[in-house]
Amino acid sequence: MACPKPLKNLIYVLLPPAFWLGVWQVCAFLVDRRLEGRGNELQLPYPASVWTAFTAMVGMGEFWATVAASLGRIALGLAWGVVLGAVLAVLTCASPWADRLLSPAVRVVRAAPVASFILLVVLWTGRDNVPAVIAAMMVVPVVWDSLFRGIQAVDRKLLELAQCCRFSRWKTLTLIYLPSLRPHILSALTTAGGLAWKSGVAAEVLCLPEPSLGQRIYYTKYYLDIPELFAWTAVTVALSLLLERLLRAGLARWGRGWGV
Amino acid sequence: MIRCHELTVTFGSKAVLDRFSLDIPERGVTALSGPSGCGKTTLLRVLAGLERPQGGTVSGVAPSQTAILFQEDRLLPWRTVEQHLTDVLPRERWGEVPALLALAELEGEEKSFPSALSGGMGRRLALARCLALDARLYLLDEPFAGVDLPRALRILDRLNALPAPVLLVSHEPAVLARASATLTLDGPPLRLSS
Repeated sequence: MACPKPLKNLIYVLLPPAFWLGVWQVCAFLVDRRLEGRGNELQLPYPASVWTAFTAMVGMGEFWATVAASLGRIALGLAWGVVLGAVLAVLTCASPWADRLLSPAVRVVRAAPVASFILLVVLWTGRDNVPAVIAAMMVVPVVWDSLFRGIQAVDRKLLELAQCCRFSRWKTLTLIYLPSLRPHILSALTTAGGLAWKSGVAAEVLCLPEPSLGQRIYYTKYYLDIPELFAWTAVTVALSLLLERLLRAGLARWGRGWGV
Repeated sequence: MIRCHELTVTFGSKAVLDRFSLDIPERGVTALSGPSGCGKTTLLRVLAGLERPQGGTVSGVAPSQTAILFQEDRLLPWRTVEQHLTDVLPRERWGEVPALLALAELEGEEKSFPSALSGGMGRRLALARCLALDARLYLLDEPFAGVDLPRALRILDRLNALPAPVLLVSHEPAVLARASATLTLDGPPLRLSS
């Protein structure tokens, strides 16, 4: 008998997380058998322990304030990084001199260790601003690179058409450039979103702004509360995925019906 | 009268137009035919201001007063048929959209995207968009490629009745026979065939 479609869809959705939960459970069991006492709680806790820690966290009043504060800081950094990266891409495409001047700086930011920047930015701006600044700094090269390539790849024939149809600059931007750049914008935003989260939370761990996910993660290390470390990490991952999903959904609505 | 006088265009060492002259009548369709690569498209691009000639002049029309239909459709995949026309028309002329759609025989396709159109329909949309531009000279490079002949001839009759002259490139004998004037060309460099 054929499997009904809703059931099949449910299996498709649930099978991968169920598989990895199973792997996690088996690994935690093996660690538990090799170590005595609280060994597995310190190295690899069971999924159930993490769930317990998570539900306890969610029940606390400051959980949502912590999540909102980190989300706000990182979203602000992401937005600044996207705007700055886009401006740099336009400037470097428009002027070879701007490209010559700005490209080395952007490449240095891309190659330098995040930790060096975090320590420097703490000195320059104070700890509360570090996560947003670091998230923006990590996002800029990704957005710049992707949009720079995208702008250069815009079909010259369509630009010629815009010239012949006597399009204004605004029309050329909205009717030719932006739709042509859509795949590059999608790729840049999804990569940048993940980077902003990773770098932003890393900055929070080192700078401990209050309240923040990074600060919570730091305290779990301090108190050796590994189930809570897993739980806060899961919250961070879930928020990152949610942000990515929202960005993708927004951009999909933009391109709906084009048939391309 | 629109007059091209001794136009010269070279690409590297290759002369595509070499002191080429042509008079275009004030009305009706002037059809150009000739082998591929002889310089017909270059002539249209010079008239549209997309190629700068090394020598010669064009009088009677400025590049900004021309409208060109390229050899390729150059449709925007993200715009509907109707939007392709409203994009080039000023708002006060949006009422002309149905007439333009009727001219290109695209009625009922207003909300379609280019991906849903056949090759011939896409060509006719590109033609309608070109004709939507307010121009003193229309330059049409193979406007009926992929369009069935009876329909092409019906549209050609409408082009013949336009108030502005049309310079059209075609290889189709029936189209050439129906145009107001036909010039057979050769080249490169472009010249009137004897």
